[in-house]
Amino acid sequence: MSRLTDAHVALANEIIGRYPRPKSALVPLLHLAQEQDGYITRDAMVHIGELVGVTSAEVYGTATFYEMFKFEPVGKYVVNICGTMSCALMGSEELMHHAEQRLGIKAGGTTPDGMFTLEHAECQAACTEAPCLQVNYRYRYRLTPADLDELIDDLSAERLTHEIPPHGTVAKVRQHIPSHRGVGVVAPELVTESPAWLNGKAAL
Amino acid sequence: MTSSYLHAPGFIAGDRPKIVTSRFEYVDSYKIDRFIATGGYQGLRSALSRPAQTVHDDVKSATVLGRGGAGFPAGVKWGLTPQEVWPRYLVVNGDESEPGTYKDRLLMERDPHQLIEGCLIACYAAGLSQCFLYIRGEMAVAQERVAEALNEAYEAGYVGKNILGTNFSVDIVLHWGAGAYVVGEETALIESLEGNRGMPRLKPPFFPAANGLYGQPTIVNNVETLANLPWLMTNGVDAYTAIGTKTSPGTRMVAVSGHVVRPGVYEIVNGTTTFRDLIYGEEFCGGIRNGHALKAFVPGGGSAPWFTSDQLDLPFEGSQVGAAGSMLGSGAIMVMDETTDIPAAALTLTRFYAHESCGKCTPCREGGTWLERILSRVVDGKGTDADLAQLIEVGESICPGDFPHASNEALGLTAVPFPYKMTTICFVGPSAYVPVHSALTLFRSEFDARITKRTMIKVTAVGVSS
Repeated sequence: MSRLTDAHVALANEIIGRYPRPKSALVPLLHLAQEQDGYITRDAMVHIGELVGVTSAEVYGTATFYEMFKFEPVGKYVVNICGTMSCALMGSEELMHHAEQRLGIKAGGTTPDGMFTLEHAECQAACTEAPCLQVNYRYRYRLTPADLDELIDDLSAERLTHEIPPHGTVAKVRQHIPSHRGVGVVAPELVTESPAWLNGKAAL
Repeated sequence: MTSSYLHAPGFIAGDRPKIVTSRFEYVDSYKIDRFIATGGYQGLRSALSRPAQTVHDDVKSATVLGRGGAGFPAGVKWGLTPQEVWPRYLVVNGDESEPGTYKDRLLMERDPHQLIEGCLIACYAAGLSQCFLYIRGEMAVAQERVAEALNEAYEAGYVGKNILGTNFSVDIVLHWGAGAYVVGEETALIESLEGNRGMPRLKPPFFPAANGLYGQPTIVNNVETLANLPWLMTNGVDAYTAIGTKTSPGTRMVAVSGHVVRPGVYEIVNGTTTFRDLIYGEEFCGGIRNGHALKAFVPGGGSAPWFTSDQLDLPFEGSQVGAAGSMLGSGAIMVMDETTDIPAAALTLTRFYAHESCGKCTPCREGGTWLERILSRVVDGKGTDADLAQLIEVGESICPGDFPHASNEALGLTAVPFPYKMTTICFVGPSAYVPVHSALTLFRSEFDARITKRTMIKVTAVGVSS
């Protein structure tokens, strides 16, 4: 496990082509690897380094800075319970405690069946809807322990697969720039003059 | 009463001017058809019908303040680029993660075309040749909505080559992060966009406008800031400055969370709405939950020094809040009622900043962790007097000199104005000390009580007991 598949290589090259410097595509490509395997493998980092033109050590250096990237298998559903102030004020510690009891693991752990990983998360930008959590980066708001039980039941029975993809997939929609509409990269070595529309005249 | 806008969780509309939330009432507000049917892309047309410089001048004279935290006027920022250095880039900061802040995500999920239109206007006015729209990694739905909107806008000829048949051509590239609060700092955002670890750059240069992405002049603007531009272009400078005050025109998105009856995201009139209006007003939060009294509130995101009821009548205006010892930051108010365990509440914020330190500056990397560990010991009832002194000593090594705080009549305190001095490159380090300093200054007795007992105290969840 596992280099990127041919389909993902094609996608990776499309993404790299949008940036004046290929290395800019590193984080999006690491997401692609995680989407493929559920976590980031050593081989994937080597492969991404080849695609972008940097060493695998540089890929590893960037990857390990970011919290969303996992370097060993995690559960199919990663449950992130927010514990920052607004959520804490509204009972997130109680929620976390309940989740630990219910799943039989501590924050940071994965259930033996590989279904759930439980994590303590920092502010998720849903502060008015506290306490909140994310399952594979999809929100649930104003949760009581009973809501959490119901959520775990639904996830265990695979009743939410239409909404919540397995861990690794974040956005289900990708940007696609049609070739006849795209401008292409504007790199410092290619462009040294002011853009055409700054000529003092209206564009329309 | 909760919001009737169930498709926009948290958003609560009111009988007030709407600049950026005008489409939130529609369930399909993120679709291009709805956008165009409700005046979408008219601001772009209006901008393109005039020379770029006059559009830039309009943004300057309307004093569109940055909505990301620092409150720097966007038009002035655009003008800080060095002469004759090309190309120039626009980087959109959609990495919203300041504790308490919830507005940019709503704007991206509910009205992505408005943001795209704002990006195009900025690129046109400031001569920016490529735009990178950086969305926080954890925001799956915002990424999907913006991707879908960009795909629609490319097909319809609003983005890309020869926009609306003119010589204005710009690509907007959707980029997404992978979880790091510090990337919201603009130079860290650029590092991350270059494929590196998201650590802030050494200053000077103070502004990426001089030296930013790939060493080129780069404008970094917040999502809400850009979302203001279409309305400004469509309705004109006079209409924009007629709302709010001279120094703070227009509206602001403010999220009020914590112990209030009706927590929510409100678009408020800038500069005049007071904290009392927001927390107690019937059209806003409707007071403190269960009839409790207010204990303290954070006026501008987790990095802002705390206020108490003494500051309720201050308006939501940058310079007055600054003089009173705090900052408006990113439009986030967190309210604590009298049941709140103050040291434990402060710990939730200090833990956040200690956890989010990128590790580049020693005072933040080490100091933040020290603050968290010592405070955690105090909260657990295992602290000593020496621990409180140590908290202050560590804080002073991150921020030497007088640290800003609010005035307090009962305690006989006079305000120390914002900002502080700092020994770190960015604000993450000082922010770890902010909650400690505010809590110790305003609620010292709660710390003393924990320490003098010198016994184990069973900690319950923060403020849950109501």
